[in-house]
Amino acid sequence: MASKEAYITGVGQSEVGVRLPRHPLLLTLDAAKEAIAEAGLTFDQIDGVFSFPGKSHGYLAFSPVGTDEIIEALGIKSKWQMGGLEQPAQLSAIGMAAWAVKQGICRHVLCFRTVYEAGGMADPAQYMPARSETVSGASQWTSPFWATSAACWTAQYAARHVHKYGLTRQQLGQIAVNGSKNAMLNPRARAITKEELTLDKYMDARMISTPLCLYDCDRFSDASTVIIVSAGDALDEIKCEPIRIAAMSGSVDRYSWDQVEWPAAYDAGRDLWTRTDYTPADVDTAQFYDGFAFLPITWLEGLGFCEKGEGGQFIEGGTRIARDGQLPLNTAGGQLGAGRLHGFGFAHEAVTQLRGQAGERQIAGDPRVAVATSGGGPLAAALLLTKD
Amino acid sequence: MNPPRPRPRLDQENTAFWTGGAQGHLNIVKCGDCGQYTHPPRLICRHCQSENIAPDAVAGTGVIDTFTINHQPWAKGLEVPFVIARVALDGVAGVYLTTNIVNCPVDAVAFGDAVKVVFEEQDGVFYPLFEKVA
Repeated sequence: MASKEAYITGVGQSEVGVRLPRHPLLLTLDAAKEAIAEAGLTFDQIDGVFSFPGKSHGYLAFSPVGTDEIIEALGIKSKWQMGGLEQPAQLSAIGMAAWAVKQGICRHVLCFRTVYEAGGMADPAQYMPARSETVSGASQWTSPFWATSAACWTAQYAARHVHKYGLTRQQLGQIAVNGSKNAMLNPRARAITKEELTLDKYMDARMISTPLCLYDCDRFSDASTVIIVSAGDALDEIKCEPIRIAAMSGSVDRYSWDQVEWPAAYDAGRDLWTRTDYTPADVDTAQFYDGFAFLPITWLEGLGFCEKGEGGQFIEGGTRIARDGQLPLNTAGGQLGAGRLHGFGFAHEAVTQLRGQAGERQIAGDPRVAVATSGGGPLAAALLLTKD
Repeated sequence: MNPPRPRPRLDQENTAFWTGGAQGHLNIVKCGDCGQYTHPPRLICRHCQSENIAPDAVAGTGVIDTFTINHQPWAKGLEVPFVIARVALDGVAGVYLTTNIVNCPVDAVAFGDAVKVVFEEQDGVFYPLFEKVA
């Protein structure tokens, strides 16, 4: 029997750190136990496991745990499992889980994203990619020119924004400063952000790839985030407040960082609102992917919080995106402040805020609508989450 | 002295692009039916799905669509800063190349600058770099 709606029920997160000695599988189980306990479920009620991107055998630091390992470790009888890079950005795994429960294939799906990029550096022989003599696939079009990092690819979109619309470093810096400020109130982020970033310190930071400086780039971390997606007709089995996945969208035009005119956030952003009666004006908090500080600007514009080209003005001075502002942004610190949790941290924080469980960093009022996004460049996914 | 550039693995799709510089050609796949270009190179035309395609030596000139001055040495010994740019090729609608702008100071590069291809050879691969048109 298919269910009309999909809900996020339990959410969980492991310790977040840099070079954590705990094995990434165990970090994933820490997060899974927390999420399942919060949902009030038992392991044997989980019947699906979805991940982005699943196990990356060539680069275990990037994605060290597979869906099959979770099924095995938790003794789950899974009806559907899925992992893979060929999805429109990280949060698409949650979107796929929503489809699975709406189709009646699964009732409670465990979605996870585990990263071990800091820990992997302590043991590169085991976790990092083996050196290759050659590059192939998409990287052959960038790496030969030493554009080996997404920082260089994102920088070119950011530089165009500077040139065409007058984005300033002071404006861009507000994303990093805001993330740092919020991270200081997030116990899980304390291993990443130990002191608040000031705009002066930001302006003095060394450049990575203009206009992106050191603080415009997120930091490798070790952590796992788990999100349970449940069918609307299975909510009588759970104990926590369900958060509805009111709409979702994804976009990949061409999987290329240099052949697309605009980042996919613009398409995914526009599409999200075609699938719901909610509008940007209803959104109480935004959790925007910030692997690089420029990316939230693409989401602000893409989702219609401001016109294309006006993202810099929107964040000017930082008051609008502050916790007590018009659109509280990345209230857990984002990836810039709370570590490179690679997308799933945004859904986790959105749910935490909607439930009023964010502690010191909880936004005021009674937030009812949140948007969480993931991706940059040619790939994007967005979720609209509501308390209704 | 810079380390060797990462070397593309040559295959059926990309060899004409990465070796065309031996004849001084910047090769971009062109469709014999609809006349449009496909890049990165593929075995069919991405506009009309025709298999009647072949590498076409294009003019090798273009303009700087966007660029960044990279300061981070991503490989041991890599000399910084240098310019990474996206060049929009003249006469090849919708095709951009990520490349380096060479033979000028990094602060001499600007949006819209006219550039032309120069090839840098390394073990049989001809990397298309661009320099400003004087």
